[in-house]
Amino acid sequence: MKFLRKKLDYIKPAFLRRGKFQKFAPAFFAIDSFLFVPNHTTRTGAHIRDGVDLKRVMYTVVLALLPALFFGMWNVGYQHFSQIGGDLSFWHLMGYGATKVLPMVIVSYGIGLGIEFLFAIKRGHEVNEGYLVTGMLIPLIMPVELPLWMLALAVAFAVVLGKEVFGGTGMNILNPALLARAFAFFSYAPYMSGDKVWVADAAKLDAVSGETILGTLADGGGQVSHSVMDMFMGYVPGSIGETSVLMILIGAALLIFTGVASWRIMLSAVLGAAVMGLIFNATAVNPLMAFPWWQHMLVGGFAFGIVFMATDPVSSAQTTKGKWIYGFFVGFLAVMIRVFNSAYPEGVMMAILLMNVFAPTIDHYVIQSNVKRRKNRLKKLVKAA
Amino acid sequence: MSKDIHIKRGLNIPLQGESDKKITSSKSPTQYAIQPPDFYGLTPKLSVKTNDTVVAGDVLFYDKNQEQIKFTSPVSGTIANIKRGAKRKILTVEILADAKDTFKDFGKADANTLSRDQIKEKLLQSGCWPYIKQRPYDVVADPNATPKAIFISAYNTVPLAADFAFILKDRKEAFAAGITVLSKLTDGAVNLGINSKDADFFSAIADANVYNVSGKHPAGNVSFQIAKIDPINQGEKVWVVSPQDVAIIGALFLTGYYNPTRTIAIAGVGVKEPQYYTLKTGQHLEELFSEILVNGNFRLISGNVLSGERIFKNSYLRYFANSICVIPEGNHYDFLGWHPFIGNNKLSLSRTFFSWLTPNKKYNLDTNLNGEERALVVTGEMEQVFPMNIYPLQLLKAAMADDIEKMENLGIYEVAPEDFALIDFTNTSKLEAQEIIRYALDVMVKEVG
Repeated sequence: MKFLRKKLDYIKPAFLRRGKFQKFAPAFFAIDSFLFVPNHTTRTGAHIRDGVDLKRVMYTVVLALLPALFFGMWNVGYQHFSQIGGDLSFWHLMGYGATKVLPMVIVSYGIGLGIEFLFAIKRGHEVNEGYLVTGMLIPLIMPVELPLWMLALAVAFAVVLGKEVFGGTGMNILNPALLARAFAFFSYAPYMSGDKVWVADAAKLDAVSGETILGTLADGGGQVSHSVMDMFMGYVPGSIGETSVLMILIGAALLIFTGVASWRIMLSAVLGAAVMGLIFNATAVNPLMAFPWWQHMLVGGFAFGIVFMATDPVSSAQTTKGKWIYGFFVGFLAVMIRVFNSAYPEGVMMAILLMNVFAPTIDHYVIQSNVKRRKNRLKKLVKAA
Repeated sequence: MSKDIHIKRGLNIPLQGESDKKITSSKSPTQYAIQPPDFYGLTPKLSVKTNDTVVAGDVLFYDKNQEQIKFTSPVSGTIANIKRGAKRKILTVEILADAKDTFKDFGKADANTLSRDQIKEKLLQSGCWPYIKQRPYDVVADPNATPKAIFISAYNTVPLAADFAFILKDRKEAFAAGITVLSKLTDGAVNLGINSKDADFFSAIADANVYNVSGKHPAGNVSFQIAKIDPINQGEKVWVVSPQDVAIIGALFLTGYYNPTRTIAIAGVGVKEPQYYTLKTGQHLEELFSEILVNGNFRLISGNVLSGERIFKNSYLRYFANSICVIPEGNHYDFLGWHPFIGNNKLSLSRTFFSWLTPNKKYNLDTNLNGEERALVVTGEMEQVFPMNIYPLQLLKAAMADDIEKMENLGIYEVAPEDFALIDFTNTSKLEAQEIIRYALDVMVKEVG
């Protein structure tokens, strides 16, 4: 590694002040600090620092996403070959899935990071690591048949209008990955729903049963042909990364264990969904309302949404109490939207985006109660005097 | 009767190189210096010029805005040099010490027989006043004010902490006398926070309410004890004094002399045999350092590793110091050092290191920032090390925005920069929280007063 370090130190002066490529300094230092944690020492304040930094946090989330990514590749192959018939061996399915999924990952990272680097160079600030996660999330919540140019457009929309116009990482109001999905969903609806998009190359086949479970239910009276075990393991059609609850739970375990994502949001979202689900079950008049409350958590993007999207620390509530309230309503509204508005079978996306908007308001009231307590303490004192 | 306070949240940082319970007295050097920048927020005006002779207790300079606040010489000798920095700011007043100290006699006195004004006068004349600090704002106390209470924390929870009970073991009488003096300055109580292991030592203190404090760092920080005992409201003032300074105040009344001899814990992996040393305020440290420090790339810190100030080998003992820490510099690169579960010799509040599996391990942490400053992303981590009913992230944001009303509402009056030291340490975005709070307090002093 000494060789690499020496090489970097050799070319570094060109990127420093008055260097030839001074303008591109943010890009150089992004790569440099990706390879090596820099030799910066503490300047003011505490002389020693915690080992954690934003790169480590973001990369932990990427690690947590990998099980879902790999299962997604396998499932793309499985959905395809189980419909048309063919070799169902593990590596064959993986290989086929990889040819479908990896280009999406590459496009997402390429376009997204490209824009991030451009903005960093233009603004002369460091490249933030936030996109490492967003770039992985976006392909995982898209249908496999989405054309790459649409994906690229959705990514560009999310990064520029979802994030950079607000000032970049840490400043955005909405979760950028969900924004990309919402953009694609409303702009290219035929490519984002229906029974053709979830199975690779489905258009070439005559009879495909590639409808998602929620879609089947929403169409009215359709019979769900998948077993509960299939839903849990993820052998069902759906967005690339969202189908396998098991793989998502493995990721969730890593996030909770490392303390990177808020277990409070995850738990309260499950509670919220359960409450809404139970209410519907008790008053059921159609198959959608009668759909068992606990199965809501196994189908669609619910698990993926609450583990990886609702817990985004930037767009969720920031106070501890606020997180409980925010999470509860994400779950509650997700099920409500699914059942009441069958035009949007994927209620989780809407619920999280809606609660993203309300998160600052929730925090405001939580903090206001703290302020009130402080003022009351003073009032009591004045009265006593 | 003592009361118990338990502080739940926090983080202990166990570092290698803790001081042995052994006191060595160092040779007295001939060079001393008092450094006005030690007194935050004050503007020094000189009372002496080069070649003047002084005795211990003679005034060297005073505060321009409150002329009663005087700063006196720790030794007798000749003013050797007055060093100035940018804009002619006075950096050091250097004294060449006589072979034997002569002291200015301020007169022995029993605080119980003196009036409040007489006590204040004595503290001001002798140069002991600056030991008393005021909350809010963490500045030297205003002599014209009367605080609602006085707080002393004799429980030290910082990494490589100096043990106050040990430091004071031969100065128990002076400490008790100092408490009595302070109790005359307030209409409220003097509150002393101690750890239960030192309960015997502090049992004889008559003029203070004693609280048994337990918990992880920052339980020993006086702000968190104030918040539990008697929180500061808008418009109120409390005073805080460090235990060693209480003993110096007490000694003034017992002997009549101002003698700022301090016991300092010199600790850290950069010290050959970490232990306690008897030193005098302002003493030149180069000779001592050349004997006791390990050669190598180390950083010297006056105070503790979380909120102390960087010093160099040829510096003088700072006014408020209780410890000096010597830890390795961290100016090295780490190949892919950000990868989770790599580099487990580092301490972290997050569990992206395996270091949480060994809670009793002592760490050798260096001064590497372990990353770069980033936008604020992660939430909830500051609250874990800030055991007060305050939202630290929101307070910091209000501070950065200069929003005075919001800062007031969120509790700026209850905090000091040192309380945010653990936030400096833990936060993922490498935000300089102490610097931001110091800046905010300065804004408040200017705008609210």
